[in-house]
Amino acid sequence: MSNELRITNGKVYDPVNNIDGEIRDICIKDGRIVESVSDDARIINAHGNVVMAGGVDIHCHIAGPKVNLARKLQPEDHRLDPHPATEHTRSGVGGVVPSTFATGYRYATLGYTTAFDAAVPPLAARHVLEELHDTPVIDKGYYAVLGNHIFLQQLIKEGRKEELKEAIAWWLNACKGYTTKIVNPGGDEPWKGKKNSNVRDIDEKSDVFDISPRDIIDAFIDVADDLGLPHPPHVHCNNLGHSGNFETTIETMKTAGDRRLHIAHIQFHSYAGKLGENPLSAGREIVEYVNDHPNISCDVGQVMFGKSTIMTADAPSAHMTQAYTHTKWINADTENESGCGVAPYNYQEHVYTNALQWAIGLEIFLLSKDPWRIVFSTDSPNGASFTSYPKLIKLLMDKDFRNEEISRVNQKAMNKSILRELKREYTLSEIAIITRAGPAKCLGLANKGHLGVGADADITIYDDQEDKELMFNAPRYVIKSGQPVIEDHEFTTDYYGKTLHVQPEFDPSIENSLRPFFEDYYSIRFNNYAVSDHYLHDHEFIPLRKS
Amino acid sequence: MSTAHLKLHTKPEVPLEADVLNTAKLAGLSQSGIEHLSVMHGNEKASLGDFFKVTGKGNSEIRLEGDLSNIKMIGAGMSDGKIVVEGDVGMHLGIGMSGGEIVVEGDAGDWVGPEMSGGRIIIKKNAGHMVGAAYRGHTTGITGGEIFVHGDAKNEIGSGMRRGFIAIGGNAGDFTGVNMLAGTIVVLGELGIRTGAGMRRGTIASLEDAPMLPSFEYACTYRPLFLRFYLRKLQENGFKRKIQDKHLNGIYKRYSGDGIELNRGEVLLFSK
Repeated sequence: MSNELRITNGKVYDPVNNIDGEIRDICIKDGRIVESVSDDARIINAHGNVVMAGGVDIHCHIAGPKVNLARKLQPEDHRLDPHPATEHTRSGVGGVVPSTFATGYRYATLGYTTAFDAAVPPLAARHVLEELHDTPVIDKGYYAVLGNHIFLQQLIKEGRKEELKEAIAWWLNACKGYTTKIVNPGGDEPWKGKKNSNVRDIDEKSDVFDISPRDIIDAFIDVADDLGLPHPPHVHCNNLGHSGNFETTIETMKTAGDRRLHIAHIQFHSYAGKLGENPLSAGREIVEYVNDHPNISCDVGQVMFGKSTIMTADAPSAHMTQAYTHTKWINADTENESGCGVAPYNYQEHVYTNALQWAIGLEIFLLSKDPWRIVFSTDSPNGASFTSYPKLIKLLMDKDFRNEEISRVNQKAMNKSILRELKREYTLSEIAIITRAGPAKCLGLANKGHLGVGADADITIYDDQEDKELMFNAPRYVIKSGQPVIEDHEFTTDYYGKTLHVQPEFDPSIENSLRPFFEDYYSIRFNNYAVSDHYLHDHEFIPLRKS
Repeated sequence: MSTAHLKLHTKPEVPLEADVLNTAKLAGLSQSGIEHLSVMHGNEKASLGDFFKVTGKGNSEIRLEGDLSNIKMIGAGMSDGKIVVEGDVGMHLGIGMSGGEIVVEGDAGDWVGPEMSGGRIIIKKNAGHMVGAAYRGHTTGITGGEIFVHGDAKNEIGSGMRRGFIAIGGNAGDFTGVNMLAGTIVVLGELGIRTGAGMRRGTIASLEDAPMLPSFEYACTYRPLFLRFYLRKLQENGFKRKIQDKHLNGIYKRYSGDGIELNRGEVLLFSK
């Protein structure tokens, strides 16, 4: 069989290469997009279809200990949503937190071909890589939760900057991560040590290490720039979910100055109002700051109504969620590295706070001036499962549908939001940016998110339908690395994507500082900690930025 | 009006998942139509005719005969009509049923009527664990309907129950009414240990004394009028053996709990 493929007659949306709905051919050879192919190439006629690069999810939770805790916590969710095997694909269970196989297949059936798990404590890396290996179709990677690491905080406190850089480089190599993740910086140790204790202000020095969240963020931003990581620190700010937290978020962004920084699920950090009272929207303030600062990127973390699962390394925020739900939840501790909280949640249309959260996310999308930097996410499954992406796309593209939805939700919340006044409708090209090209650019993935020559042949072909929810829910073709995986809406083969990771260089002498800490405080020996390369299976290094 | 009559001719070697044995699924089917309904025998597809001899046509009543203790999910999702089982049945009888009636002349397995919302299930002999319970992970069990077990039942009767009525003629296992949200459970025999653990609201009554958890507080001794009506209703439904006049007119100890939850539930134990 020829490994050449030509997609003809499709309407191509490729914002990176300034192609906006032109009819043109895409040629594929050996898993990459090429200038031309021979006449023997297989032809896929995409007449009347929309052709885009495969989707890239910059922030989701699809593997690791917290995901498994969430799976174990919710058998009822799985029972009601079996995912049967087909001739080509394996079985699993769905629900808000699907099993590994179902996760990969369901991403593929939305036209997504790349996804990054946003929070993995390095201690769990070995298992995460095995889980990712069992997540079919998509390429994947993850961010290493290092922001609250005891050893690294110690280095920051003592001002040992050079060692901090070497240590982070060592860690990213040891755990095969993609970038650093900072979650509620400085809050973990107070929380673990003292009941209901947390850091509340970005300049509040925790009594554990005598450093502030700002010190941690600042140090990590420098390290990412020094190492040339393709994606800057991925920051989950302090005070997630609290009224009035937008000031913390803006301060966090100010900390970056003109250095690169990514703010995760920014919707959850865009609340005005007084602490302890009902939140108000600060969507406009937040989005204006991001609009004006090209060094900042963010993903929205939209809330969608229905079942979700809060899963986070920010254990205090999960505890706060549980105070609302009064149902089961899990609080866990990953020794020196992180905390963790998991709690099933249900966003309800008639609840003021939930409706406002929904509106704030949409405000941020609709006020955004740069879709390349304000990209698409639901913080799956925190704001909603990734399976709700098509509906969110419809909300952005269809003003009438949005207004209908606005009229159904809590009106008090709508009166506090400017959502009704926003008439913007996203174009297909803008959707291609926020779901594909933008996240790929934020991640520094040169070969993803576009259809130019040399790009990975990750391609989605949608039927051009009026109803965008239907359209984005069922691509006609999904092509992964040049291999058609879904054809005419059906899986025709099984395919396993690769793990994407970075390999920054480090000075091996850093191990002399690390080893004693491991021997004293870790439950695992230093020599057994680093994950060996064969856990990577199929993988690709993403090159570092040239300074 | 004929009745579909299914007689077991081959006992399945491994459990058979027969959720097709349901008045709605059989309605209007001919004899051979019923025989060709597919069931899961272990991990293999089979048809009803491989195990049952069918006479009559599908209608609002189904009669099943034989030792069905290896047959699961009979009457799943049933909304009306009647199923009569002349023999024992297996697990998951009447899952999520919303109406109609299931009568079992013999014993029933575990999970009788889990998460049902209406209708009535009558077990003439004993039932297994998890009568009228929530499936694992769910917080809510049955939301309506009645389950009458004339014999004994094992652990976790009515777990997570929100509404409805469960009556056990014999003894109950441990954890009766665990995590119960509301509703009523009457046990004519003895209760096991840890009755009502985690219950928020609802009533559990017994004609015998029982050990109570320390998180249940003794409230008073009184004559609960409503219980007399419940017991009379049970007498009318054939629970004659244990209910005597002293139970109808007697006084009961009331415990309120569970103190670790809302503390709005009650356990009534016959005193004299």
